Amino acid sequence: MNGRRRHATVEAGDSLLTTVREGFGLTGAKPACEVGTCGACTVLLDDEAVYSCLVLGVECEGRRVDTVEGLDDHGELSPLQDAFVQCDALQCGFCTSGQLMSLEGLRRAEPEPTSEDIERAVQGNLCRCGAYRHILDAAEMALTVRSAS
Amino acid sequence: MRAAELDDLTEAGVEQVGQPVRRVDAVEKVTGRARYSADISLPGQLVGVIVRSERPHATIASIDTDAACAVEGVVAVMTGADATQYAWYEDDEPLLPRVGDTVRFVGDDVAVVVAETESIARRAAALVDVGYDDLRPLTDVEHVDDDDAPTLLGNEEIETEAEGRGDVETAFARADVVVEGTFRTPTAVHNAMEPHGAVADWRGDQVDVHTSTQGINDVREHLARRLGVDHSQVRVVCEYMGGGFGAKQVPWKPTMLAVIASKLTGAPVKVMNDRRSENLAAGKRNATTQRVRIGAMKNGSVVAIDAEIDTEVGAYSVPGEESAVQGPYLHLYQCDDVRVRTRRLRSNLGPAVAFRGPGYLESTFVLESLMDELAVELGIDPIDLRRRNHAGRNQQEDVAWSHPDGILRSYERVAEESGWANSFDREPSERIRRGRGFAAHDWLAASATPPGHATVEFNFDGSVHVGLSAQDLGTGTRTVLGQVVADAMGVDMAHIRLSLGDTSTGPPSPTSAGSTTVPTMAPAVRAAALAAVEDLLDAAAEHLEVDRNTLSFDGSSVQSTVADLDDQPLAELCADLSPRVVHGWGSKEATPDDVSPRAQGSAEAEVEVDLDTGAVRVTRIVVGPDCGRILNRRLADSQVLGGVTQGIGFALTERQLVDHHLGMVMNPDLNEYLLPTASDTCEIVHAALDIPDLAANEVGAKGIGELPLLPVPAAIANAVHDAIGIRFHDLPITRQRVLDALSARDRSTTNDEQESS
Repeated sequence: MNGRRRHATVEAGDSLLTTVREGFGLTGAKPACEVGTCGACTVLLDDEAVYSCLVLGVECEGRRVDTVEGLDDHGELSPLQDAFVQCDALQCGFCTSGQLMSLEGLRRAEPEPTSEDIERAVQGNLCRCGAYRHILDAAEMALTVRSAS
Repeated sequence: MRAAELDDLTEAGVEQVGQPVRRVDAVEKVTGRARYSADISLPGQLVGVIVRSERPHATIASIDTDAACAVEGVVAVMTGADATQYAWYEDDEPLLPRVGDTVRFVGDDVAVVVAETESIARRAAALVDVGYDDLRPLTDVEHVDDDDAPTLLGNEEIETEAEGRGDVETAFARADVVVEGTFRTPTAVHNAMEPHGAVADWRGDQVDVHTSTQGINDVREHLARRLGVDHSQVRVVCEYMGGGFGAKQVPWKPTMLAVIASKLTGAPVKVMNDRRSENLAAGKRNATTQRVRIGAMKNGSVVAIDAEIDTEVGAYSVPGEESAVQGPYLHLYQCDDVRVRTRRLRSNLGPAVAFRGPGYLESTFVLESLMDELAVELGIDPIDLRRRNHAGRNQQEDVAWSHPDGILRSYERVAEESGWANSFDREPSERIRRGRGFAAHDWLAASATPPGHATVEFNFDGSVHVGLSAQDLGTGTRTVLGQVVADAMGVDMAHIRLSLGDTSTGPPSPTSAGSTTVPTMAPAVRAAALAAVEDLLDAAAEHLEVDRNTLSFDGSSVQSTVADLDDQPLAELCADLSPRVVHGWGSKEATPDDVSPRAQGSAEAEVEVDLDTGAVRVTRIVVGPDCGRILNRRLADSQVLGGVTQGIGFALTERQLVDHHLGMVMNPDLNEYLLPTASDTCEIVHAALDIPDLAANEVGAKGIGELPLLPVPAAIANAVHDAIGIRFHDLPITRQRVLDALSARDRSTTNDEQESS
């Protein structure tokens, strides 16, 4: 869990979302639809972005789970987080953890993503405040080679 | 200090206001540390799950809770029998129904199961056995006038509200041209990502309530009234909230149910809606049918407007449900003869509540579609037509708009940014048609919803605390109010802490609705900040034994014109002044009555229509909202993106689907209620105006939340007409509707050809 070996007792029917929030006290991943449509609960499972409401907690024994709480380095924001702040890629912030984790999943899988890759990565993350354009701007800023050079 | 007693905020000394200052709570939000209502976890906290009616209209015959109570981990099952003294909604209906009471929509609250965990509560909720005696439902209000239509709560006598001026029929008689149509706008659901809900915690005779709301003071007052206790016994907290858009501008049942469940069980209780409940029982934009006629002269001048409006408001009356559909017809254009008749119709569906630009969005679509029609019919440029009908004043109240030319500036800027005068390729390929459309809008609030109060005090190290009890919906209230205080005092924002989102941290602020928080609270915090500086100088004069008029404050020290007196660094001075607490209060108490504060604007949309699939793709939107002074361009841009994106959803995909035979909503989820995604947005251009409207309030800012949404659906519909020559009277403009309309036109063209041959 975010790079540390941790244990929690998990009820057989509990989702990874419930496990992360209630078992480990990490509330960055949000319950918003709980049927895999909105993306607010997105976390990384073995480096891959998943809707944690669709994964059972018990399936994750011995596997690597990363949540938004693990993105920063002792308070130093990751480039993605920093770009979200700079571009104002959020309003209410409720979907933000999920947006960040979907993009973090892309970053780990694809070191040089295209704009299409970025759009595809967050297509499954709804934002009712409608911050999408700033989210895409922030992702471009943080993830593409063009902006890094 | 009263805001009205202060001079206008002028450019002099303004350093933070107007700057694109970063959102002060962005770091909490990107690190997952911002705490929302559902994230609150108190020791011993229980979870309540609401059992909801499965029938659209029925009398409760029985409620059997035995099986649910027997589940291990269930603490209580609360029914109407446990809450007989509590009523809800404007109708004062029982909070929970008892046997013999009526449920009025699928999703109406029946009981609450309280358990140790959410999964136990959910499992047990499914075991509550409710018996129903069905009554005939009415979900399609088109049938409300049928002889055999069931009488519903609030529909016993259907009233028609009439507003307007002049003599419409005479005016139509002299009109050269009349455009008309019947238009329908859908039920849209707010679907904020964070559901409604609360954690309530009774201790002794006081209750703390953490709830996702746009109005912590309103929730406090409402709960206190329903519970029969003092305001001092109810503390309402909403540190962060995950979107509201109007749906959370009133207190809702889950909050009250959490409060009662906590009292009943003696433990903190959390009750949060799930997504289905959000779609069924947590508010919605009321569907409308609008029959509208507009009469005009050949030169484009509008001489008569007649609108008949039916709105579907659901089963119960919620405060703030009365969306002002009539507004744009009465206000947007110069016209001496206007008549608007409105009926608010009850149904066996969930209650309606204000949704961003309530009423105005629905009628702006209609009015601006017909203005476009008029422009086509008269061969007048759409923007020019609107210019020719500029009103400049509130014709209902006969006072000038606070900034009469703001909307004209918007037309200019939008035309400029969109290249309106340039040539435009409408047929880029065999299959794609392009079009562009224009629409204007009015908005009524614009000024303030007083009273709003704030306090500012100096800590003993010279740093500053601002106390108020507004809330930040994600719009950036925390940030922009901090900017206003920083400028008023000359103090760096880093030394200012602004407390909001808690009724115990500051005096009452109004509900955040109608884009009025900034216009109300910016003048209030500025007045409080300046009063604190006055108090500082009074205290310093007394302490230093000098004439008050020799002192001044530059944000870091108090200076004196007295020759041998050194500058007094703020930190040392405040420490020396102890035990005196240096502070000030401020308020915004009144809106001006000699002008009509309006916030208006316009938009241009460009679309591509795929003739094979019927898909409408919006390629660019330019909006020019006259929000008055722009306090923070970065946050204003975010509001623009959000408003436009919601406008795209309302125009093209969003609608609640009801099976009128079953009386049920068929898409109470995010799978089939289609919110815009990242791929549905387009290039969005903010044609910023930044015109301080000092006639509206002392800060000159009018709020921006509603504005960039209002003209967008009409501009898109007009662009679709420009692309394919078809005017859609019903929203959303789905692929199916486009394909049907295209094939209907093809058929009639073929028939015409056959007839003429």
